Amino acid sequence: MHDAIAETPGWAALAYLIAGVCFILALRGLSSPTSSRRGNRLGMIGMTLAVATTVYLHFNVTIYEILVAIAIGGGIGFVIARRIAMTAMPQLVAAFHSLVGMAAVLVAAAAYLNPVAFGIATPDLLDTLGHPLIHQVSRIEMGLGIAIGAITFSGSVIAFLKLNGNMSGKPIMLPGRHVINLGVLAAILGLVGYFLTDQSPTIFWTITALSFLIGFLLIIPIGGADMPVVVSMLNSYSGWAAAAMGFTLHNSAMIITGALVGSSGAILSYIMCKAMNRSFISVIAGGFGAEASSGGGEAKEQRPWKRGSAEDAAFLMQQAEQVIIVPGYGMAVSQAQHALREMGDVLREQGVKVKYAIHPVAGRMPGHMNVLLAEANVPYDDVFELEDINGEFAQTDVAFVIGANDVTNPAAKTDKTSPIYGMPVLDVEKAKTVLFVKRSMGGVGYAGVDNDVFYMDNTMMLLADAKKMVEDIVKAMNH
Amino acid sequence: MDFISILSIFVMACFVGYYVVWSVTPALHTPLMAVTNAISSVIIVGALIASAAAGPDLSKYLGLVAVALASVNIFGGFAVTARMLAMYKKKEKKG
Repeated sequence: MHDAIAETPGWAALAYLIAGVCFILALRGLSSPTSSRRGNRLGMIGMTLAVATTVYLHFNVTIYEILVAIAIGGGIGFVIARRIAMTAMPQLVAAFHSLVGMAAVLVAAAAYLNPVAFGIATPDLLDTLGHPLIHQVSRIEMGLGIAIGAITFSGSVIAFLKLNGNMSGKPIMLPGRHVINLGVLAAILGLVGYFLTDQSPTIFWTITALSFLIGFLLIIPIGGADMPVVVSMLNSYSGWAAAAMGFTLHNSAMIITGALVGSSGAILSYIMCKAMNRSFISVIAGGFGAEASSGGGEAKEQRPWKRGSAEDAAFLMQQAEQVIIVPGYGMAVSQAQHALREMGDVLREQGVKVKYAIHPVAGRMPGHMNVLLAEANVPYDDVFELEDINGEFAQTDVAFVIGANDVTNPAAKTDKTSPIYGMPVLDVEKAKTVLFVKRSMGGVGYAGVDNDVFYMDNTMMLLADAKKMVEDIVKAMNH
Repeated sequence: MDFISILSIFVMACFVGYYVVWSVTPALHTPLMAVTNAISSVIIVGALIASAAAGPDLSKYLGLVAVALASVNIFGGFAVTARMLAMYKKKEKKG
């Protein structure tokens, strides 16, 4: 048995290919909510097929240990998936990414320690330490695999801690971090190259350690507002890690999946960057939100603004023909989505048209607001994307902004000195009246920029916890 | 399979991924992340091979831990995606 992988029987290769096709169809299903559930089932079938094929091919006494490992992991995963609150989805996804990264590291390490079993070494050719000599192509694949896996792991752990609030969402800036990061990256690439000529354990484990370090260093300086990009980027990395291991194992299911997940994450990062008018490089460089608080400083002067009560808001909306609700991260934090849907229902019963407008970067991950509204039973055909609804604000009586700030800031359109200049925003200021639900006048969003909407004549500030305010409005409406 | 055929699969799959992901509706971007997360755990294939192979014990245990971690993701990822997708409803037609 010189080359175990080359001996993969034809039927097994076919099964892996079918699994890969199932995964493609799983993503394809997500083009509409109606086909998405079937897509998800196809994904499960693909995964079952891939696992069953592998277990059958390598069936031996360890099957019991394997089943126990699957049962423990699967049980934990299933319980978490059932119990997790929808508002905690960003940190859950970050946590799951870290597991994929760690699994990739462990598999690469196992392949390094036992290359013959993976068919990437010839048993009778030994190096100076008496280990089987690993094929050179495999060394590169393995080196890249463990590096990407380790970066995914440590990066996702930091992203998780920031999203979960165990760590401040504010960027943490180390002096000279760009030099340090570039140096570490160069060292990793250099060592992967050197690994070609010398497969000694020192090289391999140094690559691993440096990769864990760089994942940590890369995410530390990135602030809360940039988290949607970071989560998407780590999603992409977890895919490339799987693809790299797929190259090592010559496994088409892994390669197809890796490429799919890798491009998916990359596209999501691109969409998020575009929605913030920021380049990918500047997000990765980090620090957004820290420098911004000093920029746009002339807005600091005291300007008059109007404060409204729940009763005022209820009255205004009941008189309206159309209300557009603009939710943001603040809605997620205060779990206001159910109360919000109730408010929408009351308004609709009274003949008011209610729509929801969602900015691509509202919340902490792509599509975050859509999931929360869906959880609260808001039908998805009432929820609109930025491009589809922006023209409607001018014909709208009330724009109800709840827990969103930067994504409504008109400075992005007019003020060239503003840190968010050029970012596409929702034109809430064009509505006849803007109701702005906000905890206090103190905080100014994650970008640290003041919002002119607060001080407009047609704006009424509703200062309270989002959920409590909406509940009070519903009470006032029912009187 | 030689390196070039594997590379071909990879490059083609990248293109397929590109077009498939652009067709995903933005409303489903969170489920997209959850399901890509679940399917990237196909790395369990490598973990299973490591667990079942004869050879150093350490390599086997690393494989078993990887099997457990990937299983958390597979079961958790698909279950949470299913839970999210079940929530997306169309407007009920009235009267």
